[in-house]
Amino acid sequence: PKLPATRNAAFMVMDKPTSYKDATSYNNFYEFGTEKTDPVGAAGSLRTRPWTVAIEGEVRKPMTLDIDSLLKLAPLEERIYRLRCVEGWSMVIPWIGYSFSEIIKRVEPTGNAKYVEFTTLADRKQMPGLRSPVLEWPYVEGLRLDEASHPLTLLTLGMYGEVLPNQNGAPVRIVVPWKYGFKSAKSIVKIRFVKDQPKTAWNISAPQEYGFYSNVNPEVDHPRWSQASERRIGEDGFLKPKRKTLMFNGYSEVASLYTGMDLKKFY
Amino acid sequence: MITPRQISLAKAALFAASLLPFARLVLFAFTDRLGANPIEFITRNTGDWTLYFLCLTLSITPLRKLTGQHWLIRLRRMLGLFAFFYAALHFTTFLWFDHFFDVDEMLKDVVKRPFITVGFSAFVLLVPLAVTSTNGMVKRLGGKRWQLLHRLVYLIAALGILHFWWMKAGKNDFAQPILFGSIVAVLLLMRLWWNVLQPRLQRRRMQPAPVCGGLREQRLERK
Repeated sequence: PKLPATRNAAFMVMDKPTSYKDATSYNNFYEFGTEKTDPVGAAGSLRTRPWTVAIEGEVRKPMTLDIDSLLKLAPLEERIYRLRCVEGWSMVIPWIGYSFSEIIKRVEPTGNAKYVEFTTLADRKQMPGLRSPVLEWPYVEGLRLDEASHPLTLLTLGMYGEVLPNQNGAPVRIVVPWKYGFKSAKSIVKIRFVKDQPKTAWNISAPQEYGFYSNVNPEVDHPRWSQASERRIGEDGFLKPKRKTLMFNGYSEVASLYTGMDLKKFY
Repeated sequence: MITPRQISLAKAALFAASLLPFARLVLFAFTDRLGANPIEFITRNTGDWTLYFLCLTLSITPLRKLTGQHWLIRLRRMLGLFAFFYAALHFTTFLWFDHFFDVDEMLKDVVKRPFITVGFSAFVLLVPLAVTSTNGMVKRLGGKRWQLLHRLVYLIAALGILHFWWMKAGKNDFAQPILFGSIVAVLLLMRLWWNVLQPRLQRRRMQPAPVCGGLREQRLERK
């Protein structure tokens, strides 16, 4: 279904958007299988209504919002973001949503809140991939509070002018464009504001490969491949070589969040 | 039994069948069916087929022994060469599309990343086997030396599995490496049994049990 939104000119990269077909048929969503071609076939079993998201933890006003209230919580914007996967490929996607800071404002974090933890649905009946022990379920991701508050961090409800397709994390996900894609949790059912750094799914599974921060950084290699370049889906490949990966995926405005931090150590 | 004509037919059929995965890739490339990331598709597909052909090559000897169909050996060279063919495609995809023939960059990758080091070594080791696969080379080297050289395939198969294993390791997705690894392990263990353990057991059985007194006499005699 269509999802009307107003373009936000402040958040538009000029790169050519990836085709809808590629963006919806090449997905990492392990709850629906480990192959990138699995989710498009298997995610049909996900029921996205009714859906509620519990927002809790170190907040003055915890709340549980259903999907309709989330859609009405703030004006919907269309933003075109680059998406860089840790595997070395990238896309350009027109998302629909609003800054996650809109949520933060409403729940009023206490002084104890230092991190935000996002939990994905884990229902064996709807998600065949949960039978495989590749990750600890449910999928948990997290951000530092100041990262979560950054205007770029998008609470996402749609893409390409429509509500999110199931395989892309329907009905609500987060999008953090300066971090590798796996940091952007899909099909979120719980958002917790917490004091300690959350234990995140990929970090638990392979801590030497996936750090908590996981900022896009061409200078910090993944142990098994270089992160210096990437292949833009639908563009680079047979005729064009891979393109150079940009620091923070090109979102240099987030650099100030990491002043004084050794990004090789906090990868 | 099997006539030479039937063997030729079997070879021709096997040759055609072995080219099918390659033909499928070409067809998919021209009909836009390689998916969103064609290079990844080709890389994985050719890697998979290299492993399949390695397994097939290694299964000929056990099959012969188990079925008594000794003519099967006549198919082994072709299977081995197809393993090399798909490995070469796999490597070329890596060199071409991942590095656009920047050999320096590629070598950096080979040195720095263990899973590539291992895969690259396996490929390099396959080259002498492919080169010495002709009848002429068997003659020139002599059967013994040729056989010794071609035992490298055991190492190559192990390196191939390790390459695949490490490639999947970060994603914690071991189902396929375990499957391939088990197949190769069984194929190699059968050889270990037939070539090393079984003959040893038989030798032990053949030797008459030494009598206590006799043994001492023998020793004395030797002195």
